[in-house]
Amino acid sequence: MCALAHYLEREGIATVAIALVHEHAEGIGNPRTLSVPFELGRPLGAPDNPEFQLRVLRAALALLDRPDGPVLEEFPDPAPEPADYEGWACPVSLPRPEAAPDGKHERFVVDEVARLRPWWDLARERRGRTTVGASGYEIEDAARLVSRYADGADPDDTDPARKLSRSLKLACDDLMAFYTEAATAQPGAVASQDLSDWFWGETAAGKALLAVRERAAGEDDRGMQLLGSLLILPRSQVHRAGA
Amino acid sequence: MTRYADMPEGVAKHLARLPLPDIEGGAFVPGPPLAERRVALVSSAGLGRRGDRPFGPGAVDYRVLPADADANDIVMSHISVNYDRTGFQQDLNIVYPLERLKEMAAAGEIGGVADHHYSFMGASDPAPMQPFAKDVAAAMRAEGVDTALLVPV
Repeated sequence: MCALAHYLEREGIATVAIALVHEHAEGIGNPRTLSVPFELGRPLGAPDNPEFQLRVLRAALALLDRPDGPVLEEFPDPAPEPADYEGWACPVSLPRPEAAPDGKHERFVVDEVARLRPWWDLARERRGRTTVGASGYEIEDAARLVSRYADGADPDDTDPARKLSRSLKLACDDLMAFYTEAATAQPGAVASQDLSDWFWGETAAGKALLAVRERAAGEDDRGMQLLGSLLILPRSQVHRAGA
Repeated sequence: MTRYADMPEGVAKHLARLPLPDIEGGAFVPGPPLAERRVALVSSAGLGRRGDRPFGPGAVDYRVLPADADANDIVMSHISVNYDRTGFQQDLNIVYPLERLKEMAAAGEIGGVADHHYSFMGASDPAPMQPFAKDVAAAMRAEGVDTALLVPV
């Protein structure tokens, strides 16, 4: 990311960069950088908080009025946290993931998707958008593709122009997005770690993805190995592997 | 979570291992006062329009995001799973603050907002991105954009 600033400046475009990793910002020395103390994935600090986002933007853009550089400033305030947060609960009480025996994920994942669907519909309506869909699959098809592979089948219903490792990766990402969008359909702030713990620890889809990871890592195909080793399970959930 | 010390150990170790690009002789482009600048967003979140080619491992190219694209048309295909996506699911502006930029333009705080914005995928080696960045800069100049705000993920 940071190198892009240099490339654009060489072409005559002035740049200011927001940086989430302070050590990287220090190491690269961009012309103008605002280092922010926020969670990875949240460079503007807080969702649905336009005032706070504007403060971050103003602090970044103000660096453009400095006469020379490089400039590296730190945004002083952490992202605001909801004052009375006491945890969160999924609107649907799903069966424990242990109910889905190894090799038989498909029925359980498809059932979960059906039960979460009304909440996902509500979330989409409330937000006016969804982030599900980069794979191009309907969510039910993404669920089937992922869980069939997890169950040891060789899925044949993938996009012929795309390698199976790519289709699986995009379907896994869409499935995770569907679950967390559905799970946050009701108003109220939710800590991202709680959602991650729920998906990986308390859903059949999370259990199926762990199986996908394990199977893909053992394949001969390099794309599959990459998928299994790095592109499914977050490092913060790696303790669940092999459990 | 701005410093390694504040991150989960695995994430910090991974980030600390990433090679930083070796940039020589960095330019520092001056410009007009902020209130006269026309600003484009450059995201490294692997954003694209629904139906665009998704980003894949090693992708060094970019996707164009028209300023009038509907928020529902913007999806993310960054390959990394090691950052939060739930903020993005709740509010596009957390990674792509176009609405905030438009508000600043309407209030006269910046001169204007570009008609086109851009997204790369930050996980890739940046050196091969250079020719693509050059194309992006040319497209910016062609529509009178003098300033880019780079937003990571």
